[in-house]
Amino acid sequence: MTRLVPFFGFALLAVLLGFGIWWNSAHDPTAVPSPLINKPAPAYVLPKLDDPARMVSKESMLGKPYLVNVFASWCFACGEEHPVLMAESKSFGIPVIGYDYKDDPNDAKTWLTQHGNPYDTVIADQSGHTAIDFGVYGAPETFLIDGKGVIRYKRIGPLTPDVIEQQLKPAIEALQKEAP
Amino acid sequence: MTGRFVRIAALVALIALGSAAFAQAIDPLPFRDHAEELRFQHLTSQLRCLVCQDEDLADSNADFARDIRHKVFELMQQGKSDAQIKQYLVDRYSDFVLYDPPVNGRTWLLWFGPLLILIAGGVVVVNTIRKRGRAGTPTAPTDNGDDW
Repeated sequence: MTRLVPFFGFALLAVLLGFGIWWNSAHDPTAVPSPLINKPAPAYVLPKLDDPARMVSKESMLGKPYLVNVFASWCFACGEEHPVLMAESKSFGIPVIGYDYKDDPNDAKTWLTQHGNPYDTVIADQSGHTAIDFGVYGAPETFLIDGKGVIRYKRIGPLTPDVIEQQLKPAIEALQKEAP
Repeated sequence: MTGRFVRIAALVALIALGSAAFAQAIDPLPFRDHAEELRFQHLTSQLRCLVCQDEDLADSNADFARDIRHKVFELMQQGKSDAQIKQYLVDRYSDFVLYDPPVNGRTWLLWFGPLLILIAGGVVVVNTIRKRGRAGTPTAPTDNGDDW
């Protein structure tokens, strides 16, 4: 029996190593879990990209669920995400707000003209100050906010068809079911 | 020989000057005094830059890190304590912004795991020594080659 102890020790280490490899490939180790899920979205007042005199705020969006998609013309991964949004954003059944993050307004407008505009409204956060309250640390990021202004889901990184089918759409459906 | 020495000295001085200028230029903030600057450096070196995750906020050149540094500076000007500033960032970016993970339900294994392993190892060592003590001579000829 004692002869087998080293073998068990080795097997235990091998299992531990295997678990570590599996765990690191099963999730994105650089993704930072948002502590804001199921918490009220931060108060924000941001100008529209195409009409900076008009403001969009948390209060003005209350009442119906909506998506906030953080993007920027300088963001490479946003370019990968963009065609997916172009194809899918109308099928979500809720408004999709583009959140232009730390971007030159002219660059953003050019970008949207060139690649198409999948958003119902685009708001601009040129300084990135409001984004800190949202816990944004890069782009793209996507928030699902319910009618009461509570963040219900967050995606860090591009939305892909798989993520949309498996995570985003079920989350939206769940929201619509609980709404009266 | 002296010419060479002068050239080397000039090079060293140039490098030193250049890096000093760089350290200043990375983020000139209007500190009131040196103590405040030290407090700022100390605080930001304990915080993680989330874009470039192996860098701390103090050293990172990322645009995002600069924004957060400015936010930390702003909160300092408002008279917030280090703990309050850390909490402000944790509320938005989770414990992950802290290089020093807090002790809680999710991190107890990280903090006390090594101690558990040490204790387990100690138990094995004590048991082995006792067994050998009882067996009499440590290198007993009854050993059947099982001496791993």
